[in-house]
Amino acid sequence: MATRVEVAPGRQTVVQSPPAVTESYGLWSWITTVDHKRIGIMYLVLGMFYFLIGGIEAMMIRVQLASPNNDFVSADTYNQLFTMHGTTMIFLAIMPLSSAFFNFLVPLMIGARDVAFPRLNAFSWWVLLFGSILLNLGWFFGEAPNAGWFSYANLTSSAYSPGNNVDYWVLGVQVLGVSSVASAINFLVTIINMRAPGMTMMRLPVFVWMTAVVAALIILAFPALTIGGTLLMMDRFYSTNFFVPEAGGSPLLWQHLFWVFGHPEVYILILPAFGIISEIIPTFSRKPLFGYSAVVFAGIGIGFLGFGVWAHHMFTVGMGPLPNAVFSITTMLIALPTGVKIFNWIGTMFGGHLQFKTPMLFSIGLISMFTIGGLSGVMHASPPVDSHHQDSYFVVAHFHYVLFGGALFGIVAGVYYWWPKITGKMYNETLGKIHFWLMLIGFNLTFFPMHWVGVQGMPRRIFTYDEGYGWDFWNALETIGVIVTAVGFIVFLVNAWMSLTTGEDAPEDPWDAPTLEWGIPSPPPVYNFATVPTVTSRVPLWSQKYPDVYGGDDHGDHGAAHADHAHAASHGAADDHGHDGHDDIHLPNPSFWPLFVGLGITLAMGGYIFTTPGLRSFIESDLGIDLWYFGIVPQNIITFVGLAMTVTSIYAWVLEPAFGHGQAHDDDPSFLDTEAAPAH
Amino acid sequence: MAADHGVIEHPTSTGLDNRKVAMWVFLASDCMFFGSLISAYMISKNRSVVGPYPEDLINIPFTSVSSFVLLMSSLAMVLALSGIQRGNVRQFRIWTVATGLLGLIFLGGQIYEFYEFNHEGLTLSRNLFGSSFFTLTGFHGTHVAIGVVWLFSLFLASFKKGLVTQKNSLWVEIAGLYWHFVDIVWIVIFTLVYLLPY
Repeated sequence: MATRVEVAPGRQTVVQSPPAVTESYGLWSWITTVDHKRIGIMYLVLGMFYFLIGGIEAMMIRVQLASPNNDFVSADTYNQLFTMHGTTMIFLAIMPLSSAFFNFLVPLMIGARDVAFPRLNAFSWWVLLFGSILLNLGWFFGEAPNAGWFSYANLTSSAYSPGNNVDYWVLGVQVLGVSSVASAINFLVTIINMRAPGMTMMRLPVFVWMTAVVAALIILAFPALTIGGTLLMMDRFYSTNFFVPEAGGSPLLWQHLFWVFGHPEVYILILPAFGIISEIIPTFSRKPLFGYSAVVFAGIGIGFLGFGVWAHHMFTVGMGPLPNAVFSITTMLIALPTGVKIFNWIGTMFGGHLQFKTPMLFSIGLISMFTIGGLSGVMHASPPVDSHHQDSYFVVAHFHYVLFGGALFGIVAGVYYWWPKITGKMYNETLGKIHFWLMLIGFNLTFFPMHWVGVQGMPRRIFTYDEGYGWDFWNALETIGVIVTAVGFIVFLVNAWMSLTTGEDAPEDPWDAPTLEWGIPSPPPVYNFATVPTVTSRVPLWSQKYPDVYGGDDHGDHGAAHADHAHAASHGAADDHGHDGHDDIHLPNPSFWPLFVGLGITLAMGGYIFTTPGLRSFIESDLGIDLWYFGIVPQNIITFVGLAMTVTSIYAWVLEPAFGHGQAHDDDPSFLDTEAAPAH
Repeated sequence: MAADHGVIEHPTSTGLDNRKVAMWVFLASDCMFFGSLISAYMISKNRSVVGPYPEDLINIPFTSVSSFVLLMSSLAMVLALSGIQRGNVRQFRIWTVATGLLGLIFLGGQIYEFYEFNHEGLTLSRNLFGSSFFTLTGFHGTHVAIGVVWLFSLFLASFKKGLVTQKNSLWVEIAGLYWHFVDIVWIVIFTLVYLLPY
């Protein structure tokens, strides 16, 4: 993105300009960046890349299943494809794409200059990158993970999965968990603690609220996956017995740990999309969100109930009637807050002046497609019905309607909506609409027939099937649907390319939108807000633009238009220097230590697969040195190098000044002072 | 003085320091780590098909002493924090080292216990008790070890001018939050693993 950011002139006379303010766009500046907007773009690019990879895996699955007794791929390759399709789409496509919006938007929406911990934010991205490489490394050795994205014990035990396939999965996912938890802590603290004056919790944009709920879910749900993964690692690398039935271990323990994580994970994937369309629908309905509090509390309710439904994934394992009944009831309950949201979006559109721009189309697509997925979800909340649906294509149809029809439609809506803000360029509306219709038609062609073949008994995860079951036509149709969807994605890429190269420059507020990020230039300057805005309503920019209608906040206390500060930022920040000179801009320093900590952690984990027994035998046999207990060091040299890199980089990180000039080291020994600089 | 460390320049929305909020949030997450692991231990309990069993090995008097040592380290931690908060660097240093040493004694006790159990034939792979016991207590011991390294790092940093000062006492407070949390978790583990009838 060849954009230049002007530094507020005159600022340098107030504070010495921090190094990051002189913007450069070389490779090194991206590697060391701690700017939340750049990290957001890096998440977007990485998520899109893995969406492409996961999409190619899906296409290969569909080609294999297009006709009976097909031999496009082998059964073993097929296992690797469906395992990595699920794992990639969940951990490497939808979560990073949601993270891209968290990163780019949350500080802008709450009126902050960055997140609470900018370097931790960069660290989250690097760990994600390295972890994703570790997870996918198996492809290059022909042994990608092949035990399903849930990796049920005891299929994953050394006895039944002797290769390294499962190792790549369990180690890679552990590393990705570090990224998610670090990022979630960062965003929860940012939202709690970094809000601009007047931005109370009940004035937060719904997207920010959903980010907070998702962060809380990640913080509380990922540990179960990490511990499950740790136990699996112990079983595989140290021959423990957690999931070994012959030794008294319990494979069901894995299912519980996995789904205690796995069900909240469903809401981790869908709530960001709910947040996104809760911003888009009001803008293109020309009305504030209907029932803001209800939408917020419904989101919190979904997050809360999300921890009480995990065993509905396990109705068929024989938990007994009482647990089945309890989890059935909680699962049906969760349809209530979800329904509240659907009705509120419809209520927002009702009586509004609807503008069917591309983001609005995708948002309406989410509401309708997610509702279908939600309805089939309520169906298998009933254990007897679930016994019939379990492991059939009906379930595949269900979760694609909520994750593709829900989460992905929302993410694509968000990409179009904030594209002008992120890139500073407008996209082509016609191509966007073509993309929408191709994706909607292709998606339904692929996944709707799965309901039918599922109820007719077609099982999941089979790599081929005989003719004569009545599945042939529908499977062929499903494969055609994938092609339609893929053409739609190509249209999107063309649109993106044309926009970046020849698109017209975006104004700061192309949609006449209500939230703070539209009050600053597109793309935003590195410091976001020249002056931190003061917020008096839930629709700050509308309060400013239409004071007669939205002058007061929702509680009726008519505050002054607050967003003129944010507006001033776009029209010459220097002007306000005279009366607002104390609003010093301190930007965090760039740093490369986050990269090295992330690399160190990944090496430490990857070293479990890539052991070096040759080095050990060289030292012990050829050099004749008795290593005693320490033979493990040369045997696992990569792990130990990774650990050493992690520890030294953490110390370097802590001792490096986060803000201000490096020489603060020399002339100001108290550079670690936590006392805040004078505030406005 | 523009230079600040990982925090913003203007007052936070809640008035609490970002780092302190982040530590509380992390501890919430850590609760779930230990919660999952303790659940795994409890589910695996009494399901070993071969010995040695817990009743053959567990030495409650010995572990009670090392638990007492760990709990006393929390008292030392409080004194260290109170020292730095009042600007008494000497008190901070003495009690930080004391906290770290008490932690080391606890770890020494754990290593001795592991060695003894191992001597009696209990290994990670021997039975389910070995698997779950070593994993759970080892996970906790790793937490203690990280805390010890952290405390000694703070102690050494206090000799460089300006790194650990009265104004910066929050760094010590955060380490203290972590340390107390690890102690509290041990109370739970000690009760469930050692004191409950096998």
